Amino acid sequence: MVAGAPFRSGAGAAAVLNAAAPLGILAAPVALLMIAGEFDLSIGSTLGAAGMTLLLLTQHFGWPLWAALLCALLIAGGIGLANGWLVVRTRLPSFLVTLGTMYVVRGLTVALSRLLTGRTQLSGLDTTPGFDVIRPVLAADLGPVAVAVAWWLILTAAAEWLLRRTRFGNWIFAAGGAPEAAREAGVPVARVKVTLFVATSLAAAFVAFLQAARFGGTDALRGEGQEFRAIVAAVIGGTLLAGGYGSAVGALMGALVFGMVQQGIVITGIDADWFLVVLGTLLVAAVLFNDWVRRHAEAGR
Amino acid sequence: MSPGAPVAPVAPPVLALERATMRFGGVVALDDVSMELSEGRVTCLLGENGAGKSTVIAILSGVLRPSAGRVLLDGAPVALGSPRDARARGIATVYQNLALVPLMSVWRNFFLGQEPVTGRGPLRRLDARRCRSESRDALSTMGILMEDVNRPVGALSGGERQAIAIARALHFGARVLILDEPTAALGVRQAELVLQQVQHARERGAAVLLVTHNPAHALRAGDDFVVLRRGRLAARLAGATVEQLAGLMAGEG
Repeated sequence: MVAGAPFRSGAGAAAVLNAAAPLGILAAPVALLMIAGEFDLSIGSTLGAAGMTLLLLTQHFGWPLWAALLCALLIAGGIGLANGWLVVRTRLPSFLVTLGTMYVVRGLTVALSRLLTGRTQLSGLDTTPGFDVIRPVLAADLGPVAVAVAWWLILTAAAEWLLRRTRFGNWIFAAGGAPEAAREAGVPVARVKVTLFVATSLAAAFVAFLQAARFGGTDALRGEGQEFRAIVAAVIGGTLLAGGYGSAVGALMGALVFGMVQQGIVITGIDADWFLVVLGTLLVAAVLFNDWVRRHAEAGR
Repeated sequence: MSPGAPVAPVAPPVLALERATMRFGGVVALDDVSMELSEGRVTCLLGENGAGKSTVIAILSGVLRPSAGRVLLDGAPVALGSPRDARARGIATVYQNLALVPLMSVWRNFFLGQEPVTGRGPLRRLDARRCRSESRDALSTMGILMEDVNRPVGALSGGERQAIAIARALHFGARVLILDEPTAALGVRQAELVLQQVQHARERGAAVLLVTHNPAHALRAGDDFVVLRRGRLAARLAGATVEQLAGLMAGEG
C-alpha cells in the first residue's frame, strides 16, 4: 500500500492513518456506548457477518448490490437492537450479553458460509454490477490515504458534536455516570443505550463494506479481535471503563496510537511481538490515569 | 409564637394530607395522619426511624397511594398517579441522592432531562450558553455564587450539591418542595448552608416540607412542626423547643 510513495515519512504517515481508520470508525461509537455505561463485544463478529452477507447475497444469490448492502445493514442493525434490548430488559452485564452474541454471530457466519458455498472466503465484489457507483465512496484514495480516513474523521467529529452539544449527548453522560439519577431526571436511559448498541453495530457493518470494497471480498473471520481493540482505543483516549466520562476525539487518538505502534514496528522492522507488549503497557497506564482523573474530579472539598 | 400553640395557617394550604392511613399487608405504617403545607411556610416533619416520615413523603410525591384518606392540592382532592405526575403538578421531591451525576458539570446537571435547545433539524443542539447563564443565575438567587458552572458536581461540597438540587426544583416550577433529610450527612457548616437554602425557598413562596430527625435543624428553619411516632400524629405545633420536640419524638410528650 505504501509502495511508490516518494517520501518515506509521508508514506509512513499515510500507512499509519490507513491502518488506524477502520479501528477509529469502530472506536468512536464504542466510546459513546462505554460512556453510557455499556460494552459491545459483538462488533467484531457483526463486522464479519455484514461483510459475508454482502458477498453471499451478491455472489451466491445474485442480488443487486444496493439490496445486498441494505440487507447487511439491516442484519447489523438487528444485532445491535437485540444486544440493546437484551441488556436493558434483563439488566445483565452487557459484557456477558454481547460476549454471547459475539459467539452466536461468528458461529452463524462461518457455518452458513460453509453450508451455502463450501468456503469461508468469498471474492468478486469488485466485478459486481454497480460497484463503480460505490467505489468512490468506499474504496477510493484521497492522495496518499484511503477514503476510509476521511470517514473516520467525519464520523469522529459527528460523534464528538453529538456528545458535547446535543441533548442526546447529555443523556449519554448521565446514563453511564448515574443511571438512577438520570432516570429520576426524566432521561430515557434504556432508549439511549439501545440506540448506541445499534450505532456500534452499524459502524461495524460500515467498516465491513469499506474493507470488502477495498479488497474485493471478505472472510467469515474478518473483524476478529476488533471489539477489544476498539475498547482499548477508547480507554487509551480517556474513556472510563466504568462509564460516565470520555470522548470521541479521545477514541480517535487511541486508534491513532494503535496505528502508530503497529506501523512503527513494521517500518522500523522491530519484531511484531513487541506490539503486544507496548499495547498492554499503554492500556494499563491509561486505565490508571483515567481512574486518577475520575477520583480527582469526584473528590469533595 | 408561644411553644405548644396550635397551628394557625396564614395562607390556604397548597398541599394537604387528610386523615391518611397506609397499610402494608397487616402492618400499619401511617395511621390517620393529617397535615398541611402552606405557601411561604416551612413545615418540619419530625420522627425517629420508622415513625412514618418516608411513607408521608412517598404519598405526597406520588410514589404510593394511601390505603385510606386523601391528598388535597389547593383544597381539591387529587390522585397523584406517579412521581412524574406529582412533578407536573408542581410537587418536587429532593431525595438524599439528589438525582445528580457527579462527573457531569453543574450546568449539565441543572438542565438534565429538560435541556433547552437551539437551531433546527440536524443542527438542533444544546443551548449551552443559556444553560450556563441560567444555572448561574438560579444559583445566585439561592445565595450560591458560582463563577464556574463547568465544574463537575462531584467536586462540590455537600451543601452546594443540595443547593443545586433545590435551585433546580424551584427553577422548573416547583410550588411544593419536599426535602428528605437534607442535612443528615452534613457537617455543621454545610448543614447551615442547606438551612439557608430552605429560607430562600420559603422567601420565594414555596411550600416546603422539611423532613428531618434533628430537632435543632427543624427549629432553625421551620414555621410549623409535625411530629410522628410509630405511624401516628404525636403533635402539630407552631413553635417548640428542642427539648420539647425531642421528647415528642421519643414518646415522652
